[in-house]
Formats: sequence, C-alpha cells, structure tokens
Amino acid sequence: MKHGQGRTAVLLASVAGVALVAGAATAQTVKMGIPTFLTGAGAPAFGIPAKEGVELIIRGINNGELPAPYNSVGLAGRKIEPLIYDEAGGGTKQVTELRNKVQKDGVDLVVGYISSGTCAAVARVAEEVKVLTLLTVCGTPRVFEELVKKPKYLFRTMSHGTGNNTGAARYISSKFPELLKDGFIGLNQNYAWGQDSWRDFNLAMKIVAPDAKAAKKQQFPKLFSGQYGSEISALLRAKPKVVHSSFWGGDLEAFIAQANARGLFKRKTFILTVGETVAYRLGKKFPEGQIVGTRGPYGMYAVDNKSPLNQWFQKEFRKTYGSPPAQPAYQYAQGILGAKYAYDKAMKDNGGKFPTTDQVIKALEGATYTSLAGTVRMALSHGHQAVTEDRWGVTAWDEKRGEMVVRDVVVFPPDCVNPPDGVESVPWLEGGMKGAKCG
Amino acid sequence: MTKYMDRTGWALTIGLVVLIVVNFFIPEWFRAILLLSLARGSVALGLLVLWRCGLISFGHALFYGFGAYTVALIVKYLGITDAFFTVACGVVVAGGFAWALGFLLRRYRGIFFALLNLAFSMILYGVLAKLESLGSTDGISLERTTYLWYAPEGPANKTALFFFAAIMTWAVAMAVHHYLRSTLGYMTTAVRENEIRLEFLGYSAERAIHVKYTISGLVGGFGGAIAAMTIGHVDPDSMAYWPISGDFVFIAILSGTGNVGAPFIGALLYELIRTYAFEQFPGIWQLIMGGTLLLIIMFLPNGLWSLVDLWKKRRAERGRPAAAAEREKA
Repeated sequence: MKHGQGRTAVLLASVAGVALVAGAATAQTVKMGIPTFLTGAGAPAFGIPAKEGVELIIRGINNGELPAPYNSVGLAGRKIEPLIYDEAGGGTKQVTELRNKVQKDGVDLVVGYISSGTCAAVARVAEEVKVLTLLTVCGTPRVFEELVKKPKYLFRTMSHGTGNNTGAARYISSKFPELLKDGFIGLNQNYAWGQDSWRDFNLAMKIVAPDAKAAKKQQFPKLFSGQYGSEISALLRAKPKVVHSSFWGGDLEAFIAQANARGLFKRKTFILTVGETVAYRLGKKFPEGQIVGTRGPYGMYAVDNKSPLNQWFQKEFRKTYGSPPAQPAYQYAQGILGAKYAYDKAMKDNGGKFPTTDQVIKALEGATYTSLAGTVRMALSHGHQAVTEDRWGVTAWDEKRGEMVVRDVVVFPPDCVNPPDGVESVPWLEGGMKGAKCG
Repeated sequence: MTKYMDRTGWALTIGLVVLIVVNFFIPEWFRAILLLSLARGSVALGLLVLWRCGLISFGHALFYGFGAYTVALIVKYLGITDAFFTVACGVVVAGGFAWALGFLLRRYRGIFFALLNLAFSMILYGVLAKLESLGSTDGISLERTTYLWYAPEGPANKTALFFFAAIMTWAVAMAVHHYLRSTLGYMTTAVRENEIRLEFLGYSAERAIHVKYTISGLVGGFGGAIAAMTIGHVDPDSMAYWPISGDFVFIAILSGTGNVGAPFIGALLYELIRTYAFEQFPGIWQLIMGGTLLLIIMFLPNGLWSLVDLWKKRRAERGRPAAAAEREKA
C-alpha cells in the first residue's frame, strides 16, 4: 500500500513539475509572440529557417548590431523578449494559443504565421483580443479582402499571393511563350493558399496569355500529405508542358524527391511560386531550369543585393548557421523589422517617450520602410497590407559558389503585379488588371 | 438522498456552483481552458458510457466533428447564432448519425469496433477537407453566439457562454449518471462481463450497445458544439482528424471510468498539461504528452479515479482497527 502511494506521489510530482511556470518578471522589454512551425512537415524547410532568421535579427536589434537605419538598440529602446512557439496543430489550436499568448503571457505584439490556414483562423481573433499582429508569410488575400475588411490590429508585412502569381504569369508568358502551346496545369495543396494561388494564376494567365489553356483537371492533394505518387503519374500523362505549383516546405521537398526519381522535371517546366524555400536545402538535388519565386525579392534573389543591411544579414546568417538564408528567414526578419520601424517611429512622434500600441499602429499604417532586400510599402487594405517588388528567374547550379542561383531574372515593380488600393484581387484580375504600372 | 440526488449528483451540482462562482475570479485564458475541458470532457463521457460495456472507440472525433460542424454550418448558411438552437441541432445530428451507424457497429466488438469508428471518422475528415463549401482545410469562422433574445458583447459574451456551457454540461452529466444507474444502464457492465448470460436473462446485448452508442454520439455532438462556440473556428484538423480521437481516448484513460465527473477533471488536467508543455517545451511538447500517458498507464491503471478508490480504501482500513477494538470490548 505504502509503496503504491509513493508511486502516486511520484506521478503527481512529475505532472506538477510539468505544470510549473517559469514566469520571470522582466520590466522594460517588448514581449513578442512568434508562431512558426517547430514540429511537423512545415518545420524543417520553413519553420526552422524562419526561426533562425528571427533569432538572428532579434540578436541584431537587441545588441544594436544592425546597420542604419536600424542601428539603435531594441524596439523604441526596449529589448525584444521573444516567445517563439509552435504553429503546428491546425487553426483551432492556434486560435487557443493566440488567446493564451495574449491573455496569459501578456505579449505586446505577435509577429509570425506561415500557413494561410492559420492566418484565416486567427485573423478575426487577433482583432477581437486587440493584439498588434504582423502576419509575416501567409499569402491568402482573403485575410483582408474577406475576413477582416477594416483591420486595426492586423497587418501583413509582405505581398499577398496575388502579386506572386500575377508575376509568375507575366514572367512565363513574356520569357517562355513557346512552352505554353500545350497549355498549363496546376498542382496545389488543397487549402486557402493552394486554392487561391491557382485561382489567381489562372485568372492572370487569361489576360497575359489568352491563347494558353488551363488543363481540364487540376491536382489538389491535401496539405502535408507527403505522398504524391498518383499526382506524379497524372502529371506525366498530362499534355501541358508547364506546371504551376504553390507547394512549399516539407511537401515541396517530398514532391521534388519523388518527382526527380520519375524524371518529371525533365519533361515539364515547373513554376514553383515559392520553390526557393527548399532550393538551398536540397542543393544539387533541386532541379535546374525551373522557374522559382519567393513572393518578393528574398533569399536567392537577395544574394547579390549590396545594401549594408542585407550584407550584414547574409554574412551573419551564413556565419551563424552555416547555410545561406532562404526566403523564410528573410520574410520573418522583414516582419520584425516592420515592428522595429513602427516602434521607433512612434516613439519619435511621441516626443521620445515609449509609445502605446495605438501609436505603433498609427506609425505602421500606410508606412514605407526599408527591409533587408528592398522597400516594403504598406499600400493596400487601409495601409495594413504590404506590397513589394516581385522577382522571377530560372534555377541554375553555380559551381563556383557551390549553391543554387537564379538566372534570367526579371523584376516586376509592386504596382505591376498587385491590385491598386481598394480593389480586391479577384475583381482586379477578372477586370484585366486595370491600373497595373509595369514601368 | 433522493432517487435523483445521490452523492455523485450532489458532487456534480457543487461542481457547477463552484464553476459559476470561480468564473468571476479567473483570467480569460483559464476560462477558455475550462470551457474546452467541459467540451472535451463531454466527449470523454461518451467514451466512458461505451467503455463501461468494454468497448472503446478510436474515432469519437466523428461525433465531436459532427456537433462542431453542425453549429458552424448553421451559423454560416442560416445565419442563426442562437446557442440553444445550434447546440440542439448539433446534438441531434450527431446523435442521429450515431443511431444510424449503430445498426452496423453494434455487431462488432473489440478492435473491430474501435477501428470501424476510426474509419468512419476519417471519412468525415476526408469529406470536410475536400469540400470547399464545407470550408475545406481552412475551416469556418463563427459569428458571436447569442442566447435567445440576449446578445451580449465583449466580456459578457464569454461569461454567458461559460454559464451556458456549464449548466448544459451539468444537465448532460446528470442525465448520463441517471441513465447509468438505471436497469438499462447497469446492463453496460453485464455486456462487458458476460454477453451470453445477459442474453439468457432476456435482454438483447446488441440493443443495449446500440442505445449506449447513440447516447455516446449525442454527448459527443454536444461536446463538439460547445467547442465550436468556445473557439469560434472549426477546421477538420482540429475537429475530425484521428489524433483528436486519440486525445479523447487519452482523456478517458486519464480519468478512468469510475464516475461521470471524472472525464471533466481528466479533460481539465489534460488541457493544463498540454498548455504548459506547449509553452515550456515548444519543440517536444508531444513527447511530454506521451510521457504523461505512459506514467498514467503505469501508475494509475484505472485513471484518476483510482486515487479516489485509494482514498476510500485507506479510510476503510483506518476504520477497521477501530471496529475490531469495538468488537473486542463487546
């Protein structure tokens, strides 16, 4: 009997041990909740590199290591206290987690989110619990066009998916029109990002390449399904030479491995709208001659950007992690730089005193700020949705550098691929991209 | 003690009063955890009913999902946000489905029963994830819940939902408890112990199982409906995917089958462990959950309720020497 009680006590103690909170009270910091994929299929090729970018840029900000214009310490003088947590587990879980971070841990702002599914789930909740939230990666235009039409607390610091897919359509139709004579086909994950990406690309193609026809049947495998045997078979049989795919992260890695084995990349040209996410990780295994994007000017497209800020990031990232920074690192760092810009500006406007959240929001609304590779303009959705330029090119292996590079790069200015303010993506595309300025 | 209010009945009622009182002293995030515990505890209660007759389901997210999606779809397509109506619909739809499935499932036992449930829950998952009209993998966001003519805003809304869920859950737990103490209810144990003997007593084991399965579906649907309103968003990964069914089995193992109140305590403990594991060990929180389950199975094979049994036994043992002394005196 006694023995049994001892065991029970051990069990209870271990349960209680897990439940212990290490709540060290620290004043004068800015608590930043940072969701990113730490476990599951989204982690290795996207969530973890994003986390590395976060840790590097926060180190730079907290130590004042960054070059101008961010050469001051902290956010409005206060150091960032990051709370990095897992984005895995679905939208419902993330809604609960966001509430926890705000109401339990008292974060001052949230910077992050990769999956469009998560963003769709948390968008309204962020407004409800009144927490400044900078969406860093997720691409679905629905966030501001459907879910939160009058945002106050919610921002997104990179272009949404429409700009990226419009850029893709412009690039292939102007650079490689001969590939399109058998039309094109889609391979996208069955969730917000995949569905929106295909829809936008298809609509944009109708305008820039009206003769190219979309295949009758598109492939929509489940997100994070990991096995693409039947999709690859279907693509091998399909007539079109061009495949549009918005795959990312672990799914893309798995798909490339499986498609390589069956020679798919020799027979088709892929437009991998965010394919750059895995290009460095796969190295030589990443297929050459494929059209890849980064939803902006990040990663492979930023390698030769000579701005001191970018050079610091490239150098320190390679030094710290032993690999070049791909787009997830850039995109998360861009979100945190957005926060830094807004806090610093709000402090200046506030006469040098630490700003309130409302003042930070005001500073960021409609702002234009310098990021690692280029400028971010908070141009759409009442100044809450960013636009950046969009770069496209074709992958090639650079023997001298020993890493994947992009060739035949075309730069599309933000106003060329994004709808003007106040116009939603789908009507803009259906209406023939009125007001697009391609310079 | 009347017919309806035995010790468990009183304990549940006291639990309800405690919940309503603590509502005014707890932070928002903890209220959300309590609400989720009520929801998930309800589903585990459904598992308890089945478990008492020796059956375990690996697919109870089926009914959880049905309840949650019924609420979400009513809000989305009919625009009705009334809690009483939507929850009633969720319960009826899930229960109706359980009743229909029961005709097939009541013929199976053991691992076949468990896996058939899993299969059906994954069919639901597949349908929800594939169809864009059902929200696909993004799921559906819910509008704010209303209560008949009462449409509270801000913090009052959370309090209203909490009271609603607490009172409803109390009613559900009382009903299930009452059922388990009825003749039909006691048949659960009879089914587990010896089906053939039960049949010779003139009862149909299959019918007994069918009734229990339906009850279990009703209660599961109720849990899903409350969860949907608590979170304000439903998606297939969080409502119908197989690990969610696993969570319910976890909670059921954690709580044990001793008492209808146990699943709610188990669910609360589960939510707390998960919250803190997630926070303190963001990279390996799943490992902590698995470790906890292992410890429970090793040290508390009958779940948390073994602690109560232990306490009862100890009290009886302490009483025994005294009784012996009494006898000696006499």
